[in-house]
Amino acid sequence: MTLRPVLSRTVIGERTWSALLDLAVFAAVLAGIEGLVVMTRYWFGAMTPAAEISRSPTALPLYAFYSVVRIAIAYVLSLLFALGYGYIAAYNKRLEGLMVATLDVLQSIPVLSFLPGVMLAMVALFPTRQLGVEFGAILLIFTGQVWNMAFSFYASLKSIPRELREAARIYGFGKWQRFVELELPYGAIGLVWNSMVSVAGGWFFLMACEMFVLGKRDFRLPGLGSYLQTAASNGDTAAIFWGLGTMIGVILLIDQLVWRPAIAWSDKFKFEQVESSAQPSSAVLNLLRRSNLLERFRMAVLAPLSERIGLRAARHSEIAETPRPAAHWKMVVGMVVGALLGGAILYSLFEAAMTLKTLTAPELISTLLGAAATWARVIVSLLIAAAWTIPAGVAIGFDPKLARFAQPFAQVAASVPATALFPVLLLALIRMGGGLGVGSILLMLLGTQWYVLFNVVAGAMAIPTDLREVADVFHFGQWARWRTVILPGIFPYLITGMVTASGGAWNASIVAEYFHFKGQTLQTIGLGAQISSATDSGNWDLLLLSTIVMAVLVVSVNRSVWRPLYRLAQTRFKLEG
Amino acid sequence: MHAIIEARKVEKSYGSEGAGMIQVIAPMDLAIYPGEILAVLGPSGSGKSTLLRILTGLARPSGGEVIHHGHEVGGPCENVSIVFQSFALFPWLTVLENVAAPLKARGVPAAERTARSVKILDTVGLDGFENAYPKELSGGMKQRVGFARALVVEPEVLFMDEPFSALDVLTAENLRGELLELWQSHKMPTRAVFVVTHNIEEAVLLADRIIVLGKNPATIRTDFRVALERPRDRKDVRFTNLVDYIYRVLTRPDLAPALQPVAAVAPGAKPKYQMLPHAARGAIAGLLEMLAGHNGRDDMYRLAAALSFEIDDLLPVVDAEVMLGFAKVEEGDVEITPAGRAFAEADILHRKELFRTAALENIALIRQITHSLEARADHTLPDGVFEDLLDEHFSEEEAKAQLETAINWGRYAELFDHDNDTRQFFLPEEAPADSQPEAASR
Repeated sequence: MTLRPVLSRTVIGERTWSALLDLAVFAAVLAGIEGLVVMTRYWFGAMTPAAEISRSPTALPLYAFYSVVRIAIAYVLSLLFALGYGYIAAYNKRLEGLMVATLDVLQSIPVLSFLPGVMLAMVALFPTRQLGVEFGAILLIFTGQVWNMAFSFYASLKSIPRELREAARIYGFGKWQRFVELELPYGAIGLVWNSMVSVAGGWFFLMACEMFVLGKRDFRLPGLGSYLQTAASNGDTAAIFWGLGTMIGVILLIDQLVWRPAIAWSDKFKFEQVESSAQPSSAVLNLLRRSNLLERFRMAVLAPLSERIGLRAARHSEIAETPRPAAHWKMVVGMVVGALLGGAILYSLFEAAMTLKTLTAPELISTLLGAAATWARVIVSLLIAAAWTIPAGVAIGFDPKLARFAQPFAQVAASVPATALFPVLLLALIRMGGGLGVGSILLMLLGTQWYVLFNVVAGAMAIPTDLREVADVFHFGQWARWRTVILPGIFPYLITGMVTASGGAWNASIVAEYFHFKGQTLQTIGLGAQISSATDSGNWDLLLLSTIVMAVLVVSVNRSVWRPLYRLAQTRFKLEG
Repeated sequence: MHAIIEARKVEKSYGSEGAGMIQVIAPMDLAIYPGEILAVLGPSGSGKSTLLRILTGLARPSGGEVIHHGHEVGGPCENVSIVFQSFALFPWLTVLENVAAPLKARGVPAAERTARSVKILDTVGLDGFENAYPKELSGGMKQRVGFARALVVEPEVLFMDEPFSALDVLTAENLRGELLELWQSHKMPTRAVFVVTHNIEEAVLLADRIIVLGKNPATIRTDFRVALERPRDRKDVRFTNLVDYIYRVLTRPDLAPALQPVAAVAPGAKPKYQMLPHAARGAIAGLLEMLAGHNGRDDMYRLAAALSFEIDDLLPVVDAEVMLGFAKVEEGDVEITPAGRAFAEADILHRKELFRTAALENIALIRQITHSLEARADHTLPDGVFEDLLDEHFSEEEAKAQLETAINWGRYAELFDHDNDTRQFFLPEEAPADSQPEAASR
């Protein structure tokens, strides 16, 4: 039977659409190439570490472009690193414990503490080209993005169900096929969500990464972050609003063009046996899927390419399957590398100890006082966050109508970096007469409360309806209802949100407690302020000390407070079928 | 006839060498011959899935060797397939991609991959579903994909790990029938099938040869050929007799030696622990009441049917009653003892007392926990102490389960209680006054 083509309006409409789509895709590719040219010309130009930052709105498109490219490159590097690190940590039994602990510590070190080392090394590597400074900034952004992604991939690999692993083994999957068809898909959803958090973190610290003083050297890279910072330090309100508007616009655009499609696409990697009713969707993804040009590209280039890689990997792994005698030299090399690494660590520990010896007593005292002050701020900001997000989150979670209205709003609010709002907030705070000591709590809150809110909403949604009905049937009072149903129900989610928020608040202290504004430096006593000012004044000893103190504090609070609570949440308050 | 895969003195144990080692599979010889469907039956926890993983090379035996065509198996066997209980399909690959994945691993080019996969999907009745994702399929269809994926590589031996137990009764029956048809019509190039199951009728329906395993550790209790012609009729007397025979083997009193401590320790060196069956006390009481009502003795098969239990779920309850001295097992029948009858006829409070006496008298672990607690001035003890002791006799997981059962029984008997937060045992008197009002009546 032949089907006669029926030319209805919708079919014609779709055809036209598709051609337009192809044009759009084509234009996007051209724009990408042009962008590459602009970027290369700039990178390989002579080094101008302290560019003059214009405050004119006309400079904004180029600045935004530079910043986006920096964040994008840093993100790609983070992704590659996360995959590699997670993979090795999950499969190398000897290194696993060490690597996970390292991740824990690195995660607790604020981005500025990496700054001097990274920047000076990069400038030394490319002394004449802009590339060195640029790459330094990118690496800084990288240090703010990478750790949670690495941890997410590691955790995914460790939780792959046993029978799936056995299926891959018994059917002779090589390493490549196992990676592409089992490990990467299984980790995909975690990676996408963590990528969003990471890139949001990149925006958060953008101002710190694009413009800073390193001792006597002044670094200013053209970008949105430096634009905002320049505008703020000159007190140029108009420029602040221009910059803010651009930043929010870019973030919203990326959300629509990248993250929504990524979430919708990654939904197919959900490990579920039954299809869930609510599936995320993205108009952009649907459009892209309909593009002829992309489809042709996929069929003509991508599919054959992946086929060739797959076949080659399969043949290679078949050859490698034949057992070989254990390589003796590998062990020797491993031991040598281990000894060298150990030696290097010991040496740098010794050096660090020597450096710390030169610190003065007042510096030590101010570090300890600062640590106490920042700690207090972190606690207060967490308490405030919990105080408003728990009722709000439960209300949203229990009421689907409210959720539909509030979710997108909260997501937009959360993706706007708090740092971008700092100048505006500061203006308000100064006008009201509040100091930075209190104001910094507000700034920390701005960056971290969303983690708690989203988790509480998810927790409230996960409370089974029958538990709530029990409370109704037995006429529980408000207090009894909260104590017996709601709080235990959201507890595991609340803890997850608080852990993330606590880490975020510590890290945020470096931008919240120390700020250049209208030609002067606003700061308050705190560990974050100390790290920032030590970087500014090139006091590496103090920077080292404060960093160590912060890392030790964060890691020990994690181990002594959050981990036991987390375990409690996993055992006692887990809702099991 | 030469065996395809042969296990020689294969054993599996956990824990370190010496007295503390727990053996899950005692040294056993087993061979898979061409042309047969071999079913391995055993109660749950008898190590039959572990045995399957050793034979396929997925797991290494602790002792002995597995020979595949004259060569010792060092890694996953080539040319065998597994159909998994949970299907183990990759949810992000389509049905076609799932089936083609093993071919891809062997470096088969795309066109041939697709052709072979489509053909095998056709054979298992899934034509038209090539581009569906597993989550869009019903359980039975998912397992068809599992079969297609297993068969597409034309395995020499098809291993199946409880392949039908995640499916509903009708779907399972249907799939079993189709599998037999494929096998008998030689539509699949497979030379032997090895199926692990706890469903006796399934084994009798499918197998040419049946091996029944005993547990703690797994040993071969019996190994026999099924001489019934196909198609087999469930209502045939010879069929039901065979099923009955296997029930009897599974429930025979020589189960008792298996209940003895697993590790052979010098007498008096360490307390011996029985393997506590994980039976809920409600089920123990319920079965005793039923027995008392059935003139004190009944066939296990009938009891299971009356309670609408799988025999697999009934066995731990019977084990528990035997261990407590409430019942005896003879020739596949359970018989209530005087102590059991007293328990069945007592009221709630009195039952607790009888249970307490029986548990103290017969269960080493409960006795030890109680005595240790009484010896302590503060009448508390961290549970880690007992977990460490149990770890020497059982796998880590089983040690936890043992402790949990002991807690469960001990609580019922009001011998001791356990605080899950502090992870401590304590005597009930030590609890806040309002929590254990009945404890005062002791």
